[in-house]
Amino acid sequence: MARRVDHLGLRSAMAERLTPILIGAMSFLAALAIAGALAAAFLAGQWTENTGAALTVQVPEPAGRSQEGVATRLQAVLTRLQTASDVAGARVLSGAELNALLMPWLGEDAEKLALPIPAVITASWTGDGSPDSLRGALDAVAPGTLVETGASWAARVSALTGSLQASAVSVLLIVALVASAVISVVTHAGLAQRRETIEIIHGLGALDSDIAARFAVRATTLAAFGAAIGTASALPVLIWLAALAAPFTGVVVQSSAPAALPFALCEALPAVPVAAALIGWVTTQITVRGWLRRLV
Amino acid sequence: MVRFDNVWLKYRREGDPSLESAPDVITDMSFEIPEGGFRWLTGPSGAGKTSVLKLMYLAEHPSRGRIQLLGTNAARVSRREAAMLRRRIGVVYQDFRLLGHLSAYDNVALPMRLARKSEGQVRADVTELMRWVGLSGKLESRPAELSGGEQQRIAIARAVVGRPKLLLADEPTGNLDEEQAERLMLLITGLNGLGTTVVVATHNLGLVARYPGPRLEIEGGRLIRNG
Repeated sequence: MARRVDHLGLRSAMAERLTPILIGAMSFLAALAIAGALAAAFLAGQWTENTGAALTVQVPEPAGRSQEGVATRLQAVLTRLQTASDVAGARVLSGAELNALLMPWLGEDAEKLALPIPAVITASWTGDGSPDSLRGALDAVAPGTLVETGASWAARVSALTGSLQASAVSVLLIVALVASAVISVVTHAGLAQRRETIEIIHGLGALDSDIAARFAVRATTLAAFGAAIGTASALPVLIWLAALAAPFTGVVVQSSAPAALPFALCEALPAVPVAAALIGWVTTQITVRGWLRRLV
Repeated sequence: MVRFDNVWLKYRREGDPSLESAPDVITDMSFEIPEGGFRWLTGPSGAGKTSVLKLMYLAEHPSRGRIQLLGTNAARVSRREAAMLRRRIGVVYQDFRLLGHLSAYDNVALPMRLARKSEGQVRADVTELMRWVGLSGKLESRPAELSGGEQQRIAIARAVVGRPKLLLADEPTGNLDEEQAERLMLLITGLNGLGTTVVVATHNLGLVARYPGPRLEIEGGRLIRNG
């Protein structure tokens, strides 16, 4: 149909205001869910990378004689760690660092308490397997030495962020389903209002695809417009949330512009109006073609 | 060519999906109209004239029997083929069935635009037809702004603008004055002369007498005269 004539009168039949508002609200939620999923993925990557390789060695009675008898227990363990092939960056925590670690439990000056506080060595585990052989070797030179890796913590963090991402994806799916339901209801209302017109055009030889395309173009335009407004409305909230999350992500939010958002989020947000348009198109096509099947 | 072979029609009742209990609207009807033929479809009100036309323009499927339309078995066409077949059939409805939100021009142009004719061709053909039906001064008028007779003429122009192979008219002169009725019959007989198969349903026997032609006369859903 060359000339753009609104043959079906859809400008008045398909809710001009209601659809963009509802799709806008859904898109607002979708933008937040996408931000949540990306933040969870970012934090999961950062935290598992940092904690997964961490190796913490506690040496009780650090000043005592080692089993070999040539050095203190702490020196013997440290030497063994520094010469181990799968361990890097072994160093003993200073008194101040240890104090800072224990402060939540023992107060500001743990050193002055008459408590047998072990020495702590931090290092990175670069090996592929578990450090069980290392545990045995260290226990041999200084019995009672404890070796902890961050792998178990990393697994828990990974499980937590995985569930957060799954929640975000679930929210996105629900939002998509609700958006689809909204468009379906609006399309049904438009079909009911234009029933006679559609029957006439159908009788004149209009293809189902012609009629469905007319509705789909209208629904897609309204959905994309509403989604663009909804996503744009979410930007100030996302910038505020990015600023709140800065201590965890290490990303400093310096302005209120969208550029202050993580790059991955800036890349993902334009997909919301595109997805809304796609949902609008597909839902309307299915709804209209199904409805037209009732006509002979 | 239009051919009915033992065609029956029942209308499904509201809330009753079964056709069995519904009364027969058309009963065991068989006839053939050759390509380029003309038939009056006559009978009293409620005889089933409109139902026969509905079967011919694929608005209903027969509950039994077979219908051949323009060389196609109407029962075996896909939805797309049915739409293409409808484009070759012009229909003048008793109640006009114009689109109220479109101008007279756009109503007449509709079949050509659905067939994706060029806008230049649409303009030329629609303007010519609007002039012919005496409404060239009302191209932009909406149907609600036109009289019943004027709406009838718009409906006629829309039915013939696509140069249909089969023209079906349901009481086409009902809202026309004598002069317009004469002009319409001249148009219809002219199209028929050019090879269009024509079926005109009417209960106006005076009109039938003025333009003698073969008749399909029905009563109570049965064909009682063919010829």
